[in-house]
Amino acid sequence: MENKPHKSSHNHDTHTPSVSSYVGGFILSLILTLTAYFLVQRHVSTEHTAISHGVLVFMITLLALIQLLVQLTFFLHVDTEKKPRWNLTVMLMALVFLVIVVLGSIWIMNNLNYHMDSNQDQINKYIRSQGDL
Amino acid sequence: MNNREVMEERNEAKTLFGFWTYLMTDCVLFASLFATFAVLRHNTFGGPGGAELFNLPFVLAETLILLTSSFTCGLGMLYANRGFKNISLALFSVTFLLGASFLGLELHEFHKLAIEGNSWRRSGFLSAFFTLVGTHGAHISAGLIWMIVMITRVNLKGLTPRNLQRLKMLSMFWHFLDVVWIFIFSIVYLFGVI
Repeated sequence: MENKPHKSSHNHDTHTPSVSSYVGGFILSLILTLTAYFLVQRHVSTEHTAISHGVLVFMITLLALIQLLVQLTFFLHVDTEKKPRWNLTVMLMALVFLVIVVLGSIWIMNNLNYHMDSNQDQINKYIRSQGDL
Repeated sequence: MNNREVMEERNEAKTLFGFWTYLMTDCVLFASLFATFAVLRHNTFGGPGGAELFNLPFVLAETLILLTSSFTCGLGMLYANRGFKNISLALFSVTFLLGASFLGLELHEFHKLAIEGNSWRRSGFLSAFFTLVGTHGAHISAGLIWMIVMITRVNLKGLTPRNLQRLKMLSMFWHFLDVVWIFIFSIVYLFGVI
């Protein structure tokens, strides 16, 4: 049974991935992680003056999303799935849920803070006034 | 290929799809924890925030260890598919050791925060932090136990079709945890210090 390397694995990934695909994915992930890290490191060490806050947040988000695609391709082989692509379908549905949950929560809570017209100091003061914490 | 083999292959495809679906629901669980964290990240209640608490080089080390373990896990799966039992076992053992060091570092970080008075009880921010990162750590622990079981099974029974199928699910699980960590690293730690 030990030497049965042939076609038994082709339903998850249509062609057997190669070592070089994993090495490539690993190196790309390393580069993306280190780039994000050094961008932030430089930002902190230059007293937050190197790049504007918004640009930095955008760049880190972008680097994380690229790394997501890299690992989905090279490690999880989502792209080589045969039709009908059920794995991909379920993943896209999970992504829809994810976006609704995350963006929806942030939107609602920011909106709530806006309408309550309260800042963090006032909230803390209120919580403290409610008793020993 | 006879009928039985065709049936077995279909069953395997279904099992793997089922496991993938579980992973995607797990993704929704993490999404809700990320949302909670995003909402509570500024609610420090007068306590320290991410910039004061996080040690970035330490977190980078954790990240690189987990990334490398995901890589060795993928290679281990590749060699298992090709029927190389010993190379595969060696690679999964390396994955286990890397995963265990990652977990050790994470527990060390949690312990350090807790003894300095910054446990989950300190503020909303820290509650959300411990819940999100702790849930990921719990998944890693489960993955490590699973890995010991699989290393033992393959050692005893070899790369049988059923063991291969289980290894495939384990490696999917491990890669998934690394993908989740990318976002913990970026959103919790990197955004936390800037």
